Amino acid sequence: MLSTLNIRALGWALLASALLAASVVAGSRNLQNFDGALAAYLFATLFAAFGIVYRYAVWLQRPPTRLYWRAGWRLLFSRRFPAYLAELLRRLVDELALQRFIWKRSAKRGLAHVLLAWGCLSAFAITIPLVFGWIHFTLRAGTIDVYEAHLLGFHAFDFPLGGFVALNLFHALNWSSVLVLLGVFGFLRRRITDAGQIATQTFEMDLMPLVLLVLISVTGLGLTWDYELMQGRAHAFMAISHAITVILFLLWLPFGKFFHVFQRPAQLGVALYQREGEAGAQAVCPHTGEAFASRMHVEDLKQVTSELGYDYRLTGGGSHLDLSPQGKRAALAKAHLAARNESGAFFG
Amino acid sequence: MTTTAYRGQEEFFLDPQRCIGCHACEMACAECETNGQLAMIHVDYVDRAESPQTAVQVCMHCEEPTCARVCPADAIAKDELGVVHSANAARCIACSNCVLACPFGVPKKVEAMKLMMKCNLCYDRTSAGRRPMCATVCPSGALYYGTRERMAAMRPNSSPVNEFRFGLQRVKTRVNVMMPKGSTELVVDGGDAR
Ligand code: SF4
Ligand code: SF4
Repeated sequence: MLSTLNIRALGWALLASALLAASVVAGSRNLQNFDGALAAYLFATLFAAFGIVYRYAVWLQRPPTRLYWRAGWRLLFSRRFPAYLAELLRRLVDELALQRFIWKRSAKRGLAHVLLAWGCLSAFAITIPLVFGWIHFTLRAGTIDVYEAHLLGFHAFDFPLGGFVALNLFHALNWSSVLVLLGVFGFLRRRITDAGQIATQTFEMDLMPLVLLVLISVTGLGLTWDYELMQGRAHAFMAISHAITVILFLLWLPFGKFFHVFQRPAQLGVALYQREGEAGAQAVCPHTGEAFASRMHVEDLKQVTSELGYDYRLTGGGSHLDLSPQGKRAALAKAHLAARNESGAFFG
Repeated sequence: MTTTAYRGQEEFFLDPQRCIGCHACEMACAECETNGQLAMIHVDYVDRAESPQTAVQVCMHCEEPTCARVCPADAIAKDELGVVHSANAARCIACSNCVLACPFGVPKKVEAMKLMMKCNLCYDRTSAGRRPMCATVCPSGALYYGTRERMAAMRPNSSPVNEFRFGLQRVKTRVNVMMPKGSTELVVDGGDAR
C-alpha cells in the first residue's frame, strides 16, 4: 500500500485539503456561521477534495498529460498572451459552458448533457458555500418577515419572506434537481435503447452515476415536498436519505465517472497547443508529400513515446512516426506486398 | 447489458494483398452500432499514381497499445479480452496523440465532436459471438474472422503473423496478418517511404 502511494501527489492532496479546511474556518468566521448539521457534508467534501487533487496530481505525472499541462501554461503566459487568453475565453464559453462539441455528437446528447451539467454545477455552487458556512441567513432584528443574507460573515442583502427573491433562493436547489432529472432521463433513455451503448457500457461507470443522480435529486425534491405538503412528517427520512446519497456522490467523485469534470478543461490546454502548432512549421509526410500535423507535435510524440518505452526509430535513420497515418498504412501494405513478392506468390 | 459470449477461439485474419478496394467493408463498418454510422475501417490506394494496389486496415488490437499509452486523458482502454476500445467519450480531449502515434495509422479524430473513434472489433457483435461487420461482407477474403483451423485449411500456403517490427519497435497484436508460409514477423522499416 505504502509503496504504491504517490508521495508527491499525496503532498499536493494534503496541501489542498488543508487550504480548503482553513478557508472554511476563515470564511465562516471561526466556524461561528458554520451549521453543525452539515458537518458530514463538510467532511465528505474535504475527502473529495483530497481524492480529486491526489488523482489529478498522479494523472499529471503521466508523460503525455505532463506535456499538455506544461505546454498549456507555458503558451498561455507566452508573448502571445492576449491572443491565447482570448482563445481560452472563447473556448470556455463554447466548449465548457455551452458544450457545443457534445451537441455535434448528437443534439439529444448535447441537450441532456447541458441540463445535467448545469444542474449539477449550480447545485454545487449553492451547496458548497452553505456547507462551508460562507453564506448564512438571519432574520432582521425587530422583524418577522425580512431575511438578511450574509456572505463570508459580511451582510450582503435583505429580502422579504414570501417574495420572488425568497422563493427562488430557497428553491434554487429544486430547480437544479429538475435540470439534473431531465438530463439524466435523456441519458438513461440512450443507455437503455442504443445498441452500441448497451454493448460497451458498464454498470459502475455508466449506469450507477445516473442512478445516483436520480436518488440525489428525488430525495432533495422530497425535502421540499415534505415540508410543503406533509407538514414535515417525513423530514428525518428525507434529510438522512438525501445526506447519504450526496455523501456517496462526494466520496465517489475522485474515482468514478464524474472525475471527467476535472479532466475536461485539459481540452483548453490542447487547443492552445494546437494553435501554436498551426502557426509553426508543419510535418510533411514522406509518403503523401502533404502536411498532416505540426512539426512540434510529431517531435513531442517521439519524445513521449520514448519516455513510455517505445522506440519507433528506423534502422536507416528517421522515425516511423514521421509518416502520416495514411503513410503508415501504406508502409505496412508495401512491406506486406514486398514479403509476398519475395516468397514468389502474391496469394497463398 | 448483453451477456458476453465471446468465442475465444475465433480470431481476425487480415490479408491486405487480397483487398480489391471495393469499399464494401467500409459500408458495413458504418452499420456497426458502436460508431454512430461512421466507418472506422480504412481502405486506401497505396500509391495511386504508381499502381492500383489497395489496402485495408482495421485496428490490430495491440498487446501494448501505443494509442492508449500516449493518450493524456486515459480515454483508451484494453479490456480483459484483449480488445482495445474506442475513446471514452467523456474523457477524450481530441488531442490527436493516438492518431499520430498508432504505428498502423488507425484512429480517426472527429474534431467537431472532440472525439477520437476507432475500430473496436464490432464489440456489440463479437462480444455476442458474431463476426465483425467488415468480415461478413468482404468478397475477396482480405478480412476473415474465424478459427485458426479454418484459416489454415483455406490458406495452406500462408501463416498468420501477429508480430510486427516498426524500425526498432516490436509490436504484438491480437489481429493477424496473413504472410507467406513460415513467416514469423512483418518488418516495416521505412523502405521506399523513407
Ligand atoms: S492498432 Fe493502433 S489503434 Fe489499434 S490498438 Fe494498436 S495502437 Fe491502438
Ligand atoms: S485524441 Fe482522445 S483518445 Fe486520442 S490520445 Fe487524445 S485524448 Fe486520447
